[in-house]
Amino acid sequence: MFKRVLMASAIASLLAACSSTQPPAPADTAPAVQQPVVTAPVTPAVDAAAEAQARLAAERARLAKESVYFDFDSNAIRADQQARVSQHAEFLKANPGQQAQIQGNTDARGSREYNLALGQRRAESVKNALEVLGVKGDQLEAVSYGKEKPRAEGSSAADFAENRRADVAYR
Amino acid sequence: MLNSLWCRRLAGLLLLWVAAFARADLSVDIVGGGANRYPLAVPAFAGEAAGDALTGIVRGDLALTGMVDLKPVPAGAIAADAAQLNAPVWRTLGANAVLAGRMSAGTGGLTRVDYQLVQLAPRKVLAEGGYEVPPAALADAGHRIADAVYRALFGEPSFFLSRIAYVLKEGRGSYALQVSDVDGRNARTVLRSKEPIISPAWSPDGGRLAYVSFETGKPVVWVQDLGSGQRRVLANYRGSNSAPAWRPDGQALAVVLTTSGNSQIYLVGAGGGAPQRLTRSGAIDTEPDFSPDGSRIAFVSDRSGGPQVYVMPAAGGEPQRVSWQGSYNVSPRFSPDGKQLTYMRREGGRFRVVVHDLASNDARVVSDEVYGESPSFAPNGRMVLFASDAGARSVLWASSPDGTSKVRLGTVSGEVQDPAWGPARP
Repeated sequence: MFKRVLMASAIASLLAACSSTQPPAPADTAPAVQQPVVTAPVTPAVDAAAEAQARLAAERARLAKESVYFDFDSNAIRADQQARVSQHAEFLKANPGQQAQIQGNTDARGSREYNLALGQRRAESVKNALEVLGVKGDQLEAVSYGKEKPRAEGSSAADFAENRRADVAYR
Repeated sequence: MLNSLWCRRLAGLLLLWVAAFARADLSVDIVGGGANRYPLAVPAFAGEAAGDALTGIVRGDLALTGMVDLKPVPAGAIAADAAQLNAPVWRTLGANAVLAGRMSAGTGGLTRVDYQLVQLAPRKVLAEGGYEVPPAALADAGHRIADAVYRALFGEPSFFLSRIAYVLKEGRGSYALQVSDVDGRNARTVLRSKEPIISPAWSPDGGRLAYVSFETGKPVVWVQDLGSGQRRVLANYRGSNSAPAWRPDGQALAVVLTTSGNSQIYLVGAGGGAPQRLTRSGAIDTEPDFSPDGSRIAFVSDRSGGPQVYVMPAAGGEPQRVSWQGSYNVSPRFSPDGKQLTYMRREGGRFRVVVHDLASNDARVVSDEVYGESPSFAPNGRMVLFASDAGARSVLWASSPDGTSKVRLGTVSGEVQDPAWGPARP
């Protein structure tokens, strides 16, 4: 009996820690639980929840590196980038509560504000491609960093190409 | 960084010289001057201590214009007022006029500064006046005396009482929005951030700055009061918010929002309220700037393919394309009389600053550098300020609209971005 109460308390704490919207359970709730609240087999449930969270975090971390690259002066999704867009789309469709900010970037040439608009166009292009693949628009926000946050600081052709991209940041 | 006084003499292209600048984030180098400059001698004022920057400020301001030929004055030569001025001696220096002056103890611990601008032949006092100021306000008195000299010589207001705003990037992840006097003195940081700050825009009264800050993880438009330091969000809609430009009445700003799925120009009240859409295109419309009379907005659009400069009625309506030379023209700003635009043009691999006369459609390149960005006019229309990269670092340049005179406002450290020339102080 006592063991089961402890276990219930542990699950409550774990669930609270996993959720970003609920406040953590107060520490004094455990003694107040007089009856067993968990009727299903306990150990598999804990493992499944934790595993799902870990899998989600790993998938987000992996996808965060899957930038979508663009040609010079272009916002068209290149054929060789389509698979990356599809990966993001599958993840977002499987996790309809997941929010994503799509961040457009440009190379360093030209005015800051015009580049901001070009980066926005790239971000909108990825957003539209995701919606075409079935992602809900309200999961997505397209924003631009223009030329302000270059990943590559140099001015070689390769540096410029690295900065012509959109990142999908999961929130 | 701001403390040590330094003194340097510069031989520029036309052997102009500037003396005794207090070291600040920005310093002034004269690298070119126009023809027909007015020959003037500005000796130290009687009673001016070596550490006082008063006449140094006057010389620096006048040199900035490229319109004054400052004659070298022998050490120790002083002219306290018109009565004590030995005109033939001063004429041997090649000067047409001398700024005479004295500093003395004023009432209540204030410093008294009197000046007379004396034309040598025929002998005539062109301007005179005096100020009683606390020691900390001597720089301001210097700017005001320089303004009086400029008005007397050229019959129009100077830009010496205006300020400039710019973003100092001191490495990755360190941005400072700064405001300084036009000669780089009195630089102070308005906002420091680890995230980019771009597009500072002066309110018409010079009391507030609008700017774009990325501190919340995306571009958001803020307005900050320069007196109190208080700031608030002006536009934070879904997507990106950028490119603020004040309407000349100070009651509203044009901004660029992306809520329609592309960058479009909207009008928002300075105190908030629902945005009113001004452009309706499927293209990029950005970088708005109001004409000084508030009737028109210049902006950039790529509706014809590449980015070009357009002008439309301030309430929205049919735009007229202004720039026809080159495939990339961006960042337009009106001149104070509304008759010219300055903007940035890509020519080959270079970005040039252009001054475009709207009546004649004559567009003149005024920068020689590989890269010039964010041009804006001085409040009297006599200079155009822009940022440029000189090798590894960037510097500020000011050029006359005809390109004949140029001044470098060099940075001590860091990269100067997005300069904006503010209005004249009263």
